[in-house]
Amino acid sequence: MLSVTQLTCQRGERVLFEGLNFELPEAQWLHVCGANGCGKTSLLRILTGLAEPVSGTISWNGTAIGEKREVFHEDLLYLGHQGALKEELTPLENLTLSLGMEGYTRGPKDVAEALHQFGLRGREHLPVRFLSAGQRRRVLLTRLLLRPARLWILDEPFTALDVHAVAFLTEKISAHLETQGTVVLTSHQPLTLAHGQAITL
Amino acid sequence: MSAFFVPFKQSVQRDLLLAARHKTELITALFFFVIVVNLLPLGVGPDPELLRKIAPGILWIGALLATLLGMQRMFAPDHADGTLEQMALSPQSFTVLVAGKITAHWLVAGVPVVLMAPLLGLQFDLSARSLWVLTLSLLLGTPVLSLIGSVGAALTLGVRGGGVLLSLLILPLYIPALIFGAGAVEADLAGLSIEGHMSLLAALAVLSAFFGPWVTTFALRIALE
Repeated sequence: MLSVTQLTCQRGERVLFEGLNFELPEAQWLHVCGANGCGKTSLLRILTGLAEPVSGTISWNGTAIGEKREVFHEDLLYLGHQGALKEELTPLENLTLSLGMEGYTRGPKDVAEALHQFGLRGREHLPVRFLSAGQRRRVLLTRLLLRPARLWILDEPFTALDVHAVAFLTEKISAHLETQGTVVLTSHQPLTLAHGQAITL
Repeated sequence: MSAFFVPFKQSVQRDLLLAARHKTELITALFFFVIVVNLLPLGVGPDPELLRKIAPGILWIGALLATLLGMQRMFAPDHADGTLEQMALSPQSFTVLVAGKITAHWLVAGVPVVLMAPLLGLQFDLSARSLWVLTLSLLLGTPVLSLIGSVGAALTLGVRGGGVLLSLLILPLYIPALIFGAGAVEADLAGLSIEGHMSLLAALAVLSAFFGPWVTTFALRIALE
């Protein structure tokens, strides 16, 4: 369960949001809505612990997230705007290395299998710089299939994806919710997922 | 112990693989070292007595500038593409991952310089014994350069024109390593014991290995906010 109390965020002189409260139990998802520049990404970064709020607390399963950082990070999977992909490495290498740094070892077979599921068959050994924006996004999203985590925080996961990929990702998110997972995401598209709540900043 | 070694190894391997794909960076630093060290004798003339005297200082300053060359890129690409964020959010210790990156920087920028130094030292008419002392002093000193440099690289992350600022910030902090490193070779040339200089250089290495990654991680967390 992710709970947020009296959260306030300020960027420079401007207060983006203040006194934000919500509780997100297991098997539920939260849709963060709002216009461009209203602080959606700032909120997600605060939820991951990357940025500090001006005031307010965030707790995961009853413990403040800064208190036991390693335990929280074990449960957390964050996909931001930036790709975290190395242009000169292949999708296979990129994923193997990023999983390795998080302490998960996956064989090339498992990684390739997950890439195939995301429609990247035949692209496993091509350096990422030759991939299109949508394909890069798919490589990134493949981490969702490979790294077990109970809380997914996804910043605009549907950008640059085609219809098939959007459907596949939606299916994966609902499967994650069925296994008692929790999802926080921002998106400008209307989503057809059950058990959701929405907040508008 | 595996909580330390596994992520450390992963982080080192990753950066070495990336360095292998960017061979130009590796070669640039090494050639820079060779050229700087070669330019000075051309400037001051071929007097063996003088060359022997200035050799330790020149070789050490060359090594110092060569390691500084790629320093800004230690974290900048990872910061730009979001990898650093993912490292900070990893269940593994961020400090250990950062320590791995610093080690990889030393392996790529420091070790080639250490290996090249005795070869360049020959041009300055250094004796075999002095060449050994020079190599040993650089072997102890180059990790210090990478470790101190990493703090500067983290502090100047995301700053416009960070490269110049980094040099201004870091070069003064290199002074102790330079004094004791070059001093060891000078002492040997003068027929004195090198033990004192080497002990102080080793102490610097231990101290910076202990505090360097920790301070760098702290600076990186600020840069990520």
